[in-house]
Amino acid sequence: MSSHTIVSLPDQSTARIPKRNYLTEENGLLSWLLTSDHKRIAILYLISITFFFFIGGALAGLIRLELLTPQSDLMAADTYNKVFTMHGIIMIFLFLVPSVPATLGNFFLPMMIGARDLALPRINLFSWYLYMAGGILALYAMITGGVDTGWTFTTPLSTHYVNTNVITTGMAIFIAGFSSIFTGLNFIVTIHKLRAPGMTWFRLPLFVWAHYAASILMVLGTPVLAIALVLVALERIAGIGVFDPAKGGDPLLFQHLFWFYSHPAVYIMILPGMGVISEVISTFSRKRVFGYTAVAFSSVAIAVFGFFVWAHHMFIMGISNYTVLVFSLLTMLVAVPSAIKIFNWTFTLYKGSITFETPMLYAFGFMGLFTIGGMTGVFLGTAGTDIHLTETYFIVAHFHFVMVGGMLMAFLSGIHFWWPKITGRMYPERLSQLAAVITFVGFNFTFFPQFILGTLGMPRRYASYPPEFQILNVFSTAGATILGVGYLLPVLYLTWSLKYGAIAGNNPWQATGLEWQTQSPPLTENFTVMPVMDHEAYDYEWLERQTLASQSEANLSQAKQEQALGKEKEVPRAG
Amino acid sequence: MNHISPVIYQFLVKWLTNFRLFPPEASKIAPQMDALFFFILLVSLVGLTAVVLLVVSFSILYNRRRHPVAVQVEGSTLLEATWTIIPLGLFLMMFVWGALIYFRVYTPPPNAMNIYVVGKQWMWKVEHSGGQHEINALHVPAGRAVQLTLISEDVFHSLSIPAFRVKREAIPGRYTTVWFEATTPGTYHLFCSQYCGTNHSQMTGDVVVMTPEDYRKWLAGSTSGASLAQNGERLFASLSCNACHNARPDARGPSLAGVYGSRLTLANGQAITVDEAYLRQAILNPSQHVIQGYAPIMPTYQGEISEEGVIALVEFIKQLDSNYRIQQTLNTTELPPENEGNAAPAAPAAKGRATHAPAPRPPASQGTTPPGNASQGKVKP
Repeated sequence: MSSHTIVSLPDQSTARIPKRNYLTEENGLLSWLLTSDHKRIAILYLISITFFFFIGGALAGLIRLELLTPQSDLMAADTYNKVFTMHGIIMIFLFLVPSVPATLGNFFLPMMIGARDLALPRINLFSWYLYMAGGILALYAMITGGVDTGWTFTTPLSTHYVNTNVITTGMAIFIAGFSSIFTGLNFIVTIHKLRAPGMTWFRLPLFVWAHYAASILMVLGTPVLAIALVLVALERIAGIGVFDPAKGGDPLLFQHLFWFYSHPAVYIMILPGMGVISEVISTFSRKRVFGYTAVAFSSVAIAVFGFFVWAHHMFIMGISNYTVLVFSLLTMLVAVPSAIKIFNWTFTLYKGSITFETPMLYAFGFMGLFTIGGMTGVFLGTAGTDIHLTETYFIVAHFHFVMVGGMLMAFLSGIHFWWPKITGRMYPERLSQLAAVITFVGFNFTFFPQFILGTLGMPRRYASYPPEFQILNVFSTAGATILGVGYLLPVLYLTWSLKYGAIAGNNPWQATGLEWQTQSPPLTENFTVMPVMDHEAYDYEWLERQTLASQSEANLSQAKQEQALGKEKEVPRAG
Repeated sequence: MNHISPVIYQFLVKWLTNFRLFPPEASKIAPQMDALFFFILLVSLVGLTAVVLLVVSFSILYNRRRHPVAVQVEGSTLLEATWTIIPLGLFLMMFVWGALIYFRVYTPPPNAMNIYVVGKQWMWKVEHSGGQHEINALHVPAGRAVQLTLISEDVFHSLSIPAFRVKREAIPGRYTTVWFEATTPGTYHLFCSQYCGTNHSQMTGDVVVMTPEDYRKWLAGSTSGASLAQNGERLFASLSCNACHNARPDARGPSLAGVYGSRLTLANGQAITVDEAYLRQAILNPSQHVIQGYAPIMPTYQGEISEEGVIALVEFIKQLDSNYRIQQTLNTTELPPENEGNAAPAAPAAKGRATHAPAPRPPASQGTTPPGNASQGKVKP
């Protein structure tokens, strides 16, 4: 193993996956479906969100194919509307919202704070069942006719003017919403109550801080979405007239309610991703995160300010000019903590000892794309330029830079980072680095042209468009195919690695988090003895002392031999 | 290239001949908004370059081969303050600049000429005050401030003119406004940018900016014979509004002459200024908008009059400065309703109004908008 990597794998000829771990504890389908182990629930979530991601991705592929030509020729206009609506609903409510919290958060949040499980394990399982119920209901609604309101369900279009499965889909989101409320609630209780001795608030990994902030948003924001959807259903069924101007209702009220959740929702989606990036950048530069408290508090600041910017989605909708003034100002304020995070991550690299394994490549991708996504958000938060850019492809590009360029990169970074811990096996490093590069290139190819399209004025949600926009749309569609390859590759090699991957050992990245100080895959009870936190987070000197101590205990020469041979050895198959 | 792949050849030809990175600037506000756009773009590029340069140079300087042991650095209050205050300052600059432009776009000058635009699934209907009526097209003169008053008949729509850098939501049940001053004659895109159902992407049209002379010619050639206010006057009579709003001593409704722009006290004690929105509400939902001293006896016209009809009525009331003609038509309302359409244009034009009063002629010959049908008004018993 050369010096430009920190991967330290055990001797592959002797290494074995520990016989007893959370995967082998019990067997059979029921042992999974009735489990209360946070790690198994995380796996259930991982499989289900991947499933929904590929459905949403296939719908995105259809959208890009339709937009290859200016005419609406691949599918009927109604079909196109259903396709982009379902793409949005599936990707947002069934993939992005639960992606990091319900999988990586579920798996590692208890381990990071030294707990055996989440505080409410059965609620945790129940939340997965709610998620699945919501997901299956959404699929059912899609198969039996779909819905064509756009994922925003704008009234009165959704209440009086469409004849599709609005109520079924709304109910699906309503149910899935409760799954995210329960997850958030569980995290808050766990972080407050189950921290190991010595794990003070300012020794928490930043991943935990980010999840704490996101959980508050989930618990406070999601009910408002639920209320808004119930009102839409009541308006459709009973015509109560809350949103109907003919009955004295206000159609804009729906958008206030909807965005009161759906703006914080983007922070629900991105904050856990930011938590992943903090962990990854620290690990692969061997340094404590620069300005730990600033990064921790910026998460909380994003959560707090995030609740008071919702009306920036409505600048052109005839709300009072002075309301616009206030919300534009608050939007500028919420941009600052994101900038703080970017600079702190950058300076974490300063005087570090940096290596470029796959998680780090994804994290670099995140930083670049999230910076672009964030800065284009400022174009939209500025009231003047928002007039021209809103409701165009500029919004589409901005949102995808933040959510796909940011969040999905962070999710992939986290999956690659913790994969050895989750499965006990490594994936092929070169191939995964290649996938990271392909994803980055494909992403930019797909979404950068959309900024230009938006500036030119191409409205979003158009099945057909003036022919002069075709060139840029062709670029975008071409990029989407590259992006598709980038997403398919990890699924293939990660599945491959389940059986054939190298044995990872406890701590292949030499990371400091408590989750790395136990076996891979972990025991059902996570730790054999309750860990005591006697050092700060990201304390690499502590880790070094630990390693030295354990090495002197073990046969020193053996350990050296292990490190020297590490990778060249043939990959054995564990029992 | 053509013999290798016709598709790639076509693509390259299109790319090289028909490729734009930035929309045309065709209104007075466009260069101002673009200045702000490029300022934010500049700041973004500087910020992005800074981050990328730092990440790349740190990656080179401190990679494991060159820098095997990390030096733990705790953070720095000075640096934290720097990258809090500098972005905050820049963002605040953008906020102030953006707010100024925002207020400019949505505060029409008092001399702006008003055009009504009604959005419905899936078309834009444009009503000029001279009675010209367009669908999915908007003709405007260059060099003159034009205010658009928008409303939707059904769902949310949004009128977007990228070349002018303006956009405004058309909302059901409420007027919204936006204004612009076109500078360069030409034809530009008009989009509906708020998703509005099946044929959302077909709800597009052209904005035609004309020189003032061409515009005058266009106006004269497209008139339907009656102005918007005159259509409103007919509707006023055919709906028997004049039965109460006639300023007679025994009138059951308030006089409407000169009411536009005045301040009134409602029955619930609230003081309001009469504007288009109030007039619209008072017609469609009168019981909530009764003026002090009057009984809430006016029936609702919700669902009885189309948005264009309401617009015509509002325009009529806005221009009404005497009750003379209302009292004149009052005598004719005793006639059977079918004749009402003829009664209104036959009356003499009130002074100080109606720049080009049309010669009286039967409604059937009046171009595309016969007064009775255009407003879809129904006669109240």
